[in-house]
Amino acid sequence: MTALLEARGVTKRFGAVEALRGASFAVGEGEVVALMGDNGAGKSTLIKTICGVYAPDAGEIRFAGSSIAGLSPSAVHGLGIETVYQDLALAPDLDTAANLFLGRELLAAGLLGRFGVLAKKRMAARAVQVLTDLKVAIKDPTAPVATLSGGQQQSVAVARAVTWADRLVIMDEPTAALGVPQTRAVLDLIRRVRDSGRSVVLISHSLPDVMAVSDRIEVLRLGRRVARLVTRETDEAQIVGAMTGAWTQEDAE
Amino acid sequence: MSGSREATGLNHDGGQAPNGGARKAEGGSREATGLNHDGGQAPNGGARKAPGGLLAKAGPAAGAEEAPKVRRRRALLGSATDITAILLVIVALFAILDFDAFFTTANFTNVLISASLLIVMGVGATFVLITGGVDLSVGSVLVFSGVAAGEVMKAMGGQGWGAALVGIAVSMAAGAAWGVVNGLVVTKLRVPPLIATLGSFGAAQGLAQVITNGNDLKDIPYELVDNLGVGRVAGVPWLVVVALAVALVGGLVLGVTRYGRRTYAIGSNAEAARRAGISVDRHLISVYTMAGLLAGLAGIMSYAQFGSTTLSGHATDNLAVIAAVVIGGTSLFGGVGTMFGTLVGTMIPAVLANGLVIVGLNSFWRDFAVGVVLVAAVYLDQLRRRARTAR
Ligand SMILES: Nc1ncnc2c1ncn2[C@@H]1O[C@H](COP(=O)(O)OP(=O)(O)OP(=O)(O)O)[C@@H](O)[C@H]1O
Ligand SMILES: [Mg+2]
Repeated sequence: MTALLEARGVTKRFGAVEALRGASFAVGEGEVVALMGDNGAGKSTLIKTICGVYAPDAGEIRFAGSSIAGLSPSAVHGLGIETVYQDLALAPDLDTAANLFLGRELLAAGLLGRFGVLAKKRMAARAVQVLTDLKVAIKDPTAPVATLSGGQQQSVAVARAVTWADRLVIMDEPTAALGVPQTRAVLDLIRRVRDSGRSVVLISHSLPDVMAVSDRIEVLRLGRRVARLVTRETDEAQIVGAMTGAWTQEDAE
Repeated sequence: MSGSREATGLNHDGGQAPNGGARKAEGGSREATGLNHDGGQAPNGGARKAPGGLLAKAGPAAGAEEAPKVRRRRALLGSATDITAILLVIVALFAILDFDAFFTTANFTNVLISASLLIVMGVGATFVLITGGVDLSVGSVLVFSGVAAGEVMKAMGGQGWGAALVGIAVSMAAGAAWGVVNGLVVTKLRVPPLIATLGSFGAAQGLAQVITNGNDLKDIPYELVDNLGVGRVAGVPWLVVVALAVALVGGLVLGVTRYGRRTYAIGSNAEAARRAGISVDRHLISVYTMAGLLAGLAGIMSYAQFGSTTLSGHATDNLAVIAAVVIGGTSLFGGVGTMFGTLVGTMIPAVLANGLVIVGLNSFWRDFAVGVVLVAAVYLDQLRRRARTAR
């Protein structure tokens, strides 16, 4: 399996806090990789460094063969990478469609579009469609997303990432606030994304979810990768051992 | 006087020149606005192709059958619903008290004239406040722009259409230049907007005084005074035509374009906008530039209207403008607001000033009433926010 995304020896400090201490990570084409680790292990920091929110202090990040370390978020989007951030990164005052199309608004056809006029109807219709796919029942799609429940907001963020990602979707705890049917819908969605040939990085604390949907598992501990596991060949005890430090894989580095 | 007289709108009286008198830069420093947008670089997202895959399936809009009337009202009024009702009540009250003097086209025209400068500046301020910022510099920029235009027109011989048109251009350019400075200081130096624009408020006023030596310029082409200043088209004063045209265009840009959408997005969550690939800094600079440009336009309008640069007549314009925008339902915290609300918020003080005099009350009651309405408007905004986050 060729690596689509590969991070090597990434370090990132916030003042005195060393969030990443030479972290490595890899995702292959069409693969679902779960990134696991205790709270504060550095998972969110690692993926923010990958998608351009932070620039790494040191280390290498390669996507499809070329270095992407230090690129801007929009440059990373341009490569077909989309992210569901743990803090969701929605605009709470805007409605669902506006958030779905944030930064890539559709413009009206013809002259109006030249003046920057939005195609609001088209965006709203698409939004409703996407949400239906995700089994999210939003009573009023024209209401600000701040008025949605936490789970509904999470679904909007997931929908946005999946909509725009051509090659890789990164999800930072996308099901943390979701009910059972919605979680199942997201897991189904992850499988569909993989079946469409795209790759997925899933950060989750839910072992059953991870076991159900991932092909591989990489475990981060104190800012370093401590295990690379194939889901079919591992079990929950081994994963928990890696997360807590009870067990370390020699060559995970 | 220090800034204890908060953001009530002062000085827009009918058609006369704004009062002279002392003004100091210490006015509005205690507004609770200052949200700054710090954070790193964010080149803009290139346009991307339409989404494929999961979205390609067709399917009619499911949950979209809300009463269209409700939605249309929300689009137009948004957070300004209550305040529009209040304006209508005020108008109705004055109409009941003295219909013949108040409820005439001529009188409404007067009210609009008295509000026209604030409307023009309010359009810019609406954008600025929706981004979560604030612009305290507008009144001084207005004065500075008028002075800059006045000096250039004087150098061109003082009369003629050529000088008049150049004067308009210079005034707007001078205002835009101050806007660029505001935008750069806010985004690149990361000085909170409250302080950045308080600085340019003082600086622009000071420079205007330095250039003129403290004496108002008075010579202005008759072409400007006779047309923009006191002229009418089809019975409507040019000042009103310009103000309403600016409001209309501003409202459309805010309401239906990508530029407007991104203005809301940045005010709502600047970090989310940045991560979505929106060039937040560039957008903010453009918003402050537009606010400056409109203050410059107001500068030449004021000069044409009063035949003087009114050096000391605009010290509290900034507070009047912010009050109007906030009364109109725009949130000091960004992300929420409408241009229609700003129009309503500007008309309330103007109608009050006019109506109170007509019914024989002291027009200073206007300041009192506007103060109350302002606090009530912000209170309503807070209630809305609390109701929302309680979910
Ligand atoms: N912006 C920041 N400023 C300072 N410290 C930070 C920042 N972001 C993360 N950290 C620190 O870096 C470490 C790793 O944080 P990170 O959010 O990456 O953990 P995580 O693995 O995502 O945890 P969780 O499972 O709780 O989401 C923590 O100690 C955290 O305090
Ligand atoms: Mg995290």
